[in-house]
Amino acid sequence: MKKKNNLKAWLYLLPAILFLGVFMLYPLVDVCFYSLEENFHFVSQKYSGIGLGNFRHVLTDPYFAMALKNTLILVAITVPVSTGLSLLIALGLSSVQKVKKLFQTIYFLPYVTNTLAVGLVFWLLFRNTEHTDGLISSLIVSLGGESINFIEGTYWQKMMVTCLYTIWIVMPFKILILTSALASVNPDYYKAARVDGASSGRIFRKITLPMISPTVFYLIITGFIGAFKAYSDEVALFGTNLNAAEMNTIVGYVYDMLYSDSGGFPGYAAAAALLLFAIVFTITYVNLRFSRNKVQYM
Amino acid sequence: MKVVLENLTKRFPGRSKKDEAVTAVDHFSFEIPDGQLIGLLGPSGCGKSTTLNLISGLETPTEGKIFFGDEDVTDLPPEARGVGLVFQNYALYPHLTVEENIIFPLENLKGAKKLTKEAMHEKAMEAARLVQIDTLMERKPKELSGGQQQRVAIARALVKIPRVLLLDEPLSNLDARLRLQTREELRRIQRETGVTTIFVTHDQEEAMSISDLIIVMKSGKVHQIGKPQDVYDEPTNLFVAQFLGTPQINVFDGAIRNGKVWIGKEAVLDAAGKADRDVWVGIRPEGFIPDPEGPFTCKMDRVEVMGRDVSVISTHEKMTGKCIRSIVSSENRFAPDQKEVRFRLKPYKVFLFDKESEERV
Repeated sequence: MKKKNNLKAWLYLLPAILFLGVFMLYPLVDVCFYSLEENFHFVSQKYSGIGLGNFRHVLTDPYFAMALKNTLILVAITVPVSTGLSLLIALGLSSVQKVKKLFQTIYFLPYVTNTLAVGLVFWLLFRNTEHTDGLISSLIVSLGGESINFIEGTYWQKMMVTCLYTIWIVMPFKILILTSALASVNPDYYKAARVDGASSGRIFRKITLPMISPTVFYLIITGFIGAFKAYSDEVALFGTNLNAAEMNTIVGYVYDMLYSDSGGFPGYAAAAALLLFAIVFTITYVNLRFSRNKVQYM
Repeated sequence: MKVVLENLTKRFPGRSKKDEAVTAVDHFSFEIPDGQLIGLLGPSGCGKSTTLNLISGLETPTEGKIFFGDEDVTDLPPEARGVGLVFQNYALYPHLTVEENIIFPLENLKGAKKLTKEAMHEKAMEAARLVQIDTLMERKPKELSGGQQQRVAIARALVKIPRVLLLDEPLSNLDARLRLQTREELRRIQRETGVTTIFVTHDQEEAMSISDLIIVMKSGKVHQIGKPQDVYDEPTNLFVAQFLGTPQINVFDGAIRNGKVWIGKEAVLDAAGKADRDVWVGIRPEGFIPDPEGPFTCKMDRVEVMGRDVSVISTHEKMTGKCIRSIVSSENRFAPDQKEVRFRLKPYKVFLFDKESEERV
């Protein structure tokens, strides 16, 4: 009887197991194998040996170093800024009454807009063409400054646009989640705190923030992971040749190693992907450890 | 600190332009004497919580003034009024320990009133000892029982020595046994601190049992103010008479004719000197005395024996409720097949109310 039930259970699980096995587990394991197979050749499907050669190559590749640096800068800037700004906007939204719905819709628009379409908008804002300057550039000129072609400008000009873009893209979701977290705080806590004479700053620090800390923490963790996986945003801004634009990211590097003109090195791609995984894993773990005493699960 | 309410009125705007404004509190005037325990009593939606919020400053009145002592606090924000407020759900900050919760109001003090860490701890312990939770200071609210949470909330409200202590339905989240215990506690704490205390409740028994004064409200209006026993014994209108007392007062459709009170075809009581008119006759359950010669005849339904006394459930064609409940001494004996029961009435337990205005005649 028991055995029969077990069989049934496995049968029920089969679709999920098959799906996860084929599309998740197998590729994961395969990536590990690929990363260890040295000098793998796509056409002949042969490799010269097993070892850490791929990792050695990736870690000494200046393009990987650039991609790593770009990704780290992106993460370090966009995660705190987007989370902080989203919190401010969510706080603002939760204190207005009348046009709240309208603002919520406006703030949510980037979320439902196609990345490449947003990229186009950023081109209009930041890129100079033969016929016209970008909108921001024109603004700077009209204020008496010099025209700047951000998209093809210096490293930090490009990085600034990239960060702005990323922040703009990720904020709607964070605002949405934070608004609902704020709405779920019982208003009696605020009333009690007001009667007890707490200033609004103190109410925010001592009551609001701890109450929504699980949500904030969730957004920071997913924000880190999302920012480490950045790639499409950069393509939308600078085209597919990200190395030329000095704006490549780790995921971009993985893609290049596989498919682009310089590609055809699944071993390098796999090694880079595993390195990215190691970084994300470490940071998430540190985050979890660090916040253990700070996040209040009610 | 005495609390004076002068023509206090609160109107909430309607939800849309078409909806009329709702008057939650309607020209509430009263002086609450210093150091007393006041029960603000009424059915739900009668404006008692709004009144409390007005006194605390969480709501601003549409009209009228509020004084603490001689000071006009109408325009003061809640933090400047020096009130302690205990919420129905206690509103303890779940991420802070009991001690941190109690200290919270002290940490907000600024300027000259600012306290050192030790002084805060000392005061918190003092408040905690008063409500007997001083052994639970390190716990989080969710690790406490409902009654203990209630005490923490009271300690937090008392710790900065408020001029007025306000309690919103303080006992309604507790189970029956704890409720009895806690209301004695409330009484004791109020006596010990001497803080003018106003508590809101819809439970008349709760209000009557511990209040120095009760205020009966309905639809934003004050119906009667007085000592619990006085209000019970001399209700000014039908609503107050019905709202106070368990079991409820029995109400009959009656009339005054030729100096007698008539219910149906029977003249049940003298009403000398009162003009002829139609009235509601309210008779408290304890106002009935079984008497085979009595003037008031009811149809017997059943007898419920309580031990100390006996509830006689009967019916009458002129009654307004589902049945007539009378509480009589257990020395009375009733035959099992008794079809009728006759009563004499205690005149001071019978109230007459005008048919139209429902005011006491």
